[in-house]
Amino acid sequence: MVNLTINGRSVVAQEGMTVLEAASAAGIDIPHLCFLEGLNEIGACRVCVVEIVGHSRLSAACNTLVEEGMEVLTDSPKARRARRTNLQLILSQHRMNCPVCIREGSCQLKALCADMNLLKLPYEADIRRKKWDMSTPIIRDESKCIKCMRCVQLCEKVQTMNIWDISGTGSWTTVDVAGDCALKDTSCTYCGQCVTHCPTAALTARDDTQEVYEALEDPEKIVLVQVAPAVRAAWAEELKLDAALATPGRMAAALKAVGFDYVFDTNWAADLTIMEEASEFIQRFTHYKDYKWPMFTSCCPGWVRFVKSQFPNFTYNLSTAKSPQQMFGAVAKSYFAEKLGIDPKKLYCVSLMPCVSKKSERALPTMVNDAGDPDVDAVITTREFERMLRSRGVALNLLGEIPFDSPLGESTGAAVIFGATGGVMDAALRTAYHMVTGENPDADSFAAVRGLEGWKEAEFTIPGAGSVQVAVVSGLGNTRRLMEALEEGSVHYDFVEVMACPGGCAGGGGQPISPDQELAGVRGDKLWGLDKVAHLRYSHENPAVQTIYKEYLGKPLGEKSHHLLHTNHFGWDMPGKK
Amino acid sequence: MSRLVKRSVGREQSIADGLYADLGRRIAVAPPGTCPVDMAKGFLSLCSAQSCGKCVPCRVGIQQMAALLEEVLRGEGDEKTLEHLEETARAVYDSADCAIGYDAANIVLSSLRGFREDYESHIRSGRCKTGFFTGAVPCVELCPANVDVPGYVALVREGRCADAVRLIRKDNPFPTVCALVCEHPCEDHCRRRVLDDAVNIRGLKRYAIENAGVVPPPAGEVSTGKKVAVIGGGPSGLTAAYYLRLMGHSVTLYERRHRLGGMLRYGIPAYRLPFELLNQDIDHILSTGIEVHTAVSLGQEITYEELDKNFDAILMATGSHLASECGIPGEDAENVMSAVYLLREAGAERNPDFTGKKVAVVGGGNVAMDAARSAVRFGAERVYCVYRRRREDMTALGDEIEGALAEGVELLTLKAPMRVETDDSGKAVALWVKPQTPGLIDSSGRPKPTNASLPEERLDVDIIVMAVGQKAETEMFEKAGLPINRGLLQAMPNGQVMRNGKVFASGECATKPGSAIQAISSGKIAAANIDEFLGFDHRISVDVDIPAPRSEDKPLRGRVNTSLRPAPLRKLDFDGIEIGLTHEEAEAEASRCLRCDHYGCGILKGGSARKW
Repeated sequence: MVNLTINGRSVVAQEGMTVLEAASAAGIDIPHLCFLEGLNEIGACRVCVVEIVGHSRLSAACNTLVEEGMEVLTDSPKARRARRTNLQLILSQHRMNCPVCIREGSCQLKALCADMNLLKLPYEADIRRKKWDMSTPIIRDESKCIKCMRCVQLCEKVQTMNIWDISGTGSWTTVDVAGDCALKDTSCTYCGQCVTHCPTAALTARDDTQEVYEALEDPEKIVLVQVAPAVRAAWAEELKLDAALATPGRMAAALKAVGFDYVFDTNWAADLTIMEEASEFIQRFTHYKDYKWPMFTSCCPGWVRFVKSQFPNFTYNLSTAKSPQQMFGAVAKSYFAEKLGIDPKKLYCVSLMPCVSKKSERALPTMVNDAGDPDVDAVITTREFERMLRSRGVALNLLGEIPFDSPLGESTGAAVIFGATGGVMDAALRTAYHMVTGENPDADSFAAVRGLEGWKEAEFTIPGAGSVQVAVVSGLGNTRRLMEALEEGSVHYDFVEVMACPGGCAGGGGQPISPDQELAGVRGDKLWGLDKVAHLRYSHENPAVQTIYKEYLGKPLGEKSHHLLHTNHFGWDMPGKK
Repeated sequence: MSRLVKRSVGREQSIADGLYADLGRRIAVAPPGTCPVDMAKGFLSLCSAQSCGKCVPCRVGIQQMAALLEEVLRGEGDEKTLEHLEETARAVYDSADCAIGYDAANIVLSSLRGFREDYESHIRSGRCKTGFFTGAVPCVELCPANVDVPGYVALVREGRCADAVRLIRKDNPFPTVCALVCEHPCEDHCRRRVLDDAVNIRGLKRYAIENAGVVPPPAGEVSTGKKVAVIGGGPSGLTAAYYLRLMGHSVTLYERRHRLGGMLRYGIPAYRLPFELLNQDIDHILSTGIEVHTAVSLGQEITYEELDKNFDAILMATGSHLASECGIPGEDAENVMSAVYLLREAGAERNPDFTGKKVAVVGGGNVAMDAARSAVRFGAERVYCVYRRRREDMTALGDEIEGALAEGVELLTLKAPMRVETDDSGKAVALWVKPQTPGLIDSSGRPKPTNASLPEERLDVDIIVMAVGQKAETEMFEKAGLPINRGLLQAMPNGQVMRNGKVFASGECATKPGSAIQAISSGKIAAANIDEFLGFDHRISVDVDIPAPRSEDKPLRGRVNTSLRPAPLRKLDFDGIEIGLTHEEAEAEASRCLRCDHYGCGILKGGSARKW
C-alpha cells in the first residue's frame, strides 16, 4: 500500500498503480485523452498532466506510478494552464467541422474541450490532409487525427495485425498504414476495433446510409432489412430511450418507421446456419480421417480474412457454411422472392450489423446469386442505424413493439447468442447433440463456452459420437495464439469458434462508441438473457427453418443447400496473395 | 573618443554562445532515424538567421529553399519541386558571397544527393522513408548488441547489480569485458547530452560487475540433439557458442591458440583488460557446457571435411590476426615487428624485455596506442608514436592517446615512415621519416598528408613496431571451397556463407577489424540464425523486472568519470589501470539516466525488447 495525497486528500493506493488509477479509485477525475487502459499509457497528449509537489515540471498521470508520500495536485494553476494549452495545440491541428462530423455525439476531444471551458483558439490552424482511397470500409481522415496512437497500439497488441503504424518524424509524425501501402492492399480484417477506440473521427466506418435511402425512395424496390443478433443489445445506447424499452420488438417497429418493407431477423438465418454447420461438423466428425482438424466456424468475416492472410493453410478447415448475413441474402433473393412471386432484382436486401467487416463480406465476388447480383445489397452498422433514426426523428417512445416479419423473422434462443463469444459454439452443440442422439440436451449443457475469457476450452461428450474437444476465441491476438498452438501441435481441438472482435459481435467494430468503456460483456449478457427466456432454444426447432427445408431446401448439406448456403473460401484472394 | 577600444563580450553574446553550445550538443545527439528532409529544413532556418543579409542568394535563397522543403514535407511537392530546389541550391552555392550562404546551399545539395530516396518517398506517397523507431532508445539502438542500457542502469541505481548483469547477459555474454574495454557507442547519442553530458554507461556497467558477485547462467533449453562447431574462441565465437548452448544445441569450440579469448586476450593488453577479469566472462560462458579444444587449427589438426561430416552447423569466427604491412623498405629487418605479434606475445604471457631500448610504433589507431603503452611497460627507455597525419586525425580514442602521453609516449605526428635503416647485421637501427603537411580533406573527412618541403629525418631506434592494420586469414577457407571476397569470408547479412548452407561466419573474419561489441553482436546474430537454420525458434529472454522510473526532477548534474591509477605508477606494471565508480558515484551517475525506455517514444512500443 502506498500513501499519498491528491488535491490535499489522503489516498491509499496499491503499489504499481498510476496516479491516474489512484485518483480514479478515489473518485477524482483527471482529464485525459490519449490514455487507453492497459494499451496506451504513453503520455502523448499531455492532457492528464498533474503537479507533483516538489517537482519543477509536470508529470503525466497516466504513466507515473504512485510513490509513498507523493503530493499530487491535479488542478493546480500550473497543471490547468498546461492542460488547456495542450488542448489548444491539439485543436490547432484538428479540423473542426463538428456539426457535420460523424462523431459529433461521441467525440472525446469535443467532450474534453467542453469540460475545460475552452472558449477561444489562440493558435493559427495547421490542418494537414491526406488522400484516402474510399473503397475500403474503414476510412482515415488525417485532418481529424490527434496522434493519440491508440489505433496503432490496439491493432498491434489486441489484434496483432499491425495494420497501423507511426509514420514520419518530428512534427510530421502521424499515423498511417504500415509499410507505405494503401489499406486495401493490406491484410486488414476490417474488424473496426481501431474505429471504436478512436477518440475522434480520424478513423470511421464508411457510411452507406445514402444507398439505403435511395433504395427506400425507389418505388420499384422492395427493401428488406435483416438485423444481426448483437444489434438488439446495443441499438439504443446512444438514443434517448429508456433501456427497458429498447427491446427487439421496438427495434423492429423503428425499422418499419424508417420505411423498410420487411423487417426480418438475421437470427432466422443463424438458426439455418446452425442446421448446416452442425450437420457439416457431424459429417466431418464421423469421417474424421477425411478432413483437416479442427473445423472452424466461418460466420465472422474478420476471422475469415485473418485466417486467409495469416494462416492460409487452415483455410481448408473453415466450415463452408456461409455466414448468417449471406445465407439470409441468398435465401431472400431465391426462396422469399419466389414466395412473393417477384423478380429477385426487385428486392433490395439491407443488413444491419454490429460489424464493419460485413461491408467487405457483402462485396465478395463469391457472394452473388445466379444472376450475378449481390445477395446483400448494403450493410449498415448499428451506428448508421442510430443516425438514421435520429435524422428521421423517429419518436421511439411512441412506438409499440411488433414482431419481426414472417417467414424470415422467426428465431430461437440459440440464434440470438451468435452475438456473444461462445454463442455459435453453444448453439451448434445443442443441435449437433440432437442430430446424433435424437434428443435435446439441456440448453445450458454447454455453458462452459460462455463468458468473456479470450480463449476458452471445453470437452463434451455426445453419446453415440464420442468426446468433442472445442475451443472458443475472440480477439485476433487470442486467435493468433491459438493458431500458433495448433501449428505447433501443442493443442488439439475438433471444433473452434472464432470471433475477430474481443467479446464477439457484441463488442463489434460497428457498435455504438462509448468512450473509455468496453461494453461487450454487458451487451453479451443481454443476449444470453434473451436466450434464457426464449420459448425455443434449439435451432432445429425453429418452425420457419423446418418449413424451408420441407418446402425448398430438402435437407441440410443437400444439393440446394450446398448451392445457396455454402461458399468456396478459395473463390477470392486476400491482397498480396501470389 | 579613443582610436581603438577593447571590446568586452557582452551579456547577450555570452547567452547566444551558450545557446549555440546547447544546440551543438543537441545536433550531435540527434536521434537516429530523423527525417533528412526535415533536418535540412531545420538547418536552413538556422543558416538563414546567420545570414548578414547583404547578398541575394543567401538572404532570399535560403528562405526560398526552406519553403520548397516545407512543400516537400507537406506532401505537396512533385518531381518539379525537387528539380527547382536543386537548381536554386546550385545557384546559391555558385553565387553566394560568403561561406554562410554557399555552405547552406551545400547542405541542401548533400542532402538531396545522400537521401534521394527519402525525398522521392515524400513527393510520391507523402511520407518519410526513414523508420520512426530507429531512434526510440538511442543507447540501445546504437549498441551493436542492443543491450538494454536504461534497464541495467535503473537496476544499478536500485542496487540490484546481479540482476543488471543478468539483464546484460541476455544480449551480451561479455559484461565484464565490455565494462572495461567497450568503445561505448551507446554514449554517443545519449539524450542526456541534450542537457549536459552523456551518462557514463560503461562506468555503471563496471560498477555492476564489480558488485554483482557470482551470477550463474540461466538454465538452457532442453537438448535439441543438434551439433554445432564453432571455429575460433574469440568474442564472436564464444558469444555464439554461449547462446547456441542456451538454445539447447551441443557446441564444440575449436581454438587455434592455447587459451580462449581471441583478440580480447591476444590483442588487448592486460593493463586494460586483466586476464583474471577476462577469464570471469569466459568461465561463465563455458559453465553452460561447451566442449572446448584448444591448440587446434582449421586445416591442420582438424579439416573442413571432418567438420562438415560431424556437425549440423559450422560457425567460422577466426578473427583477423594477420598484420598488414606498411610497405616501406627494410620492414623485414630484425627488430621490426608487428603490433599484432607484440600484443599476442603479451597475451601469451611472454613479455619481451625492452629495457633501455628506443621503440618507434608506427600508426595512429588504438592498436598503436596499445603497442606503445605495452612497450613502456616492457621497460623501453623511449617510446615514439610515429604517425603521418595530425593528432586530431588519429583513429585512436582520445582517452587512449591521453593515457599514452601521460605514460611518456612521445607523439611524432605528420611524419610519414620512409624506410628502415639497418646495420651490417641486418638489425634495424633507425626509422627515416618524411615530414608532412596537412592538405585537402580526403574521403575520410581528414586532411590528406602531403610531403612537406623539408628534408627527411632520421629517428634513432632499436625496435620498430608496425601498427598499420590487420587482416583476416582466409587460406583455410579457400581450401575448403568457401567464397572469399576482398580478403574476407563472404557471408550474407544473417551470417550464412552460402544460401541454405550449414556454414556461417561471424566476427572479423567476415566483417573487418572492429570493436569487441561488434564481434559480440555478430556472434549473437549468427546464433539466432543458426538456431533458425537448424529448424528452431528459441528465444533468449530474462525474467528481470525493470524498475519503473522514479518520479523526480532531472536537474543538470555533472557526469562522473572513471579515473585511472597515476601514470608514474601504472606504467610500471600490467595491472588494470582504471578505477571503477564508488557506490556514491554510481548512484549519482545512474540517477542521471533520462529513462528513454519510458519517456519519449520508447514507451510507445513497450520500451526495450524483452527477448530476441
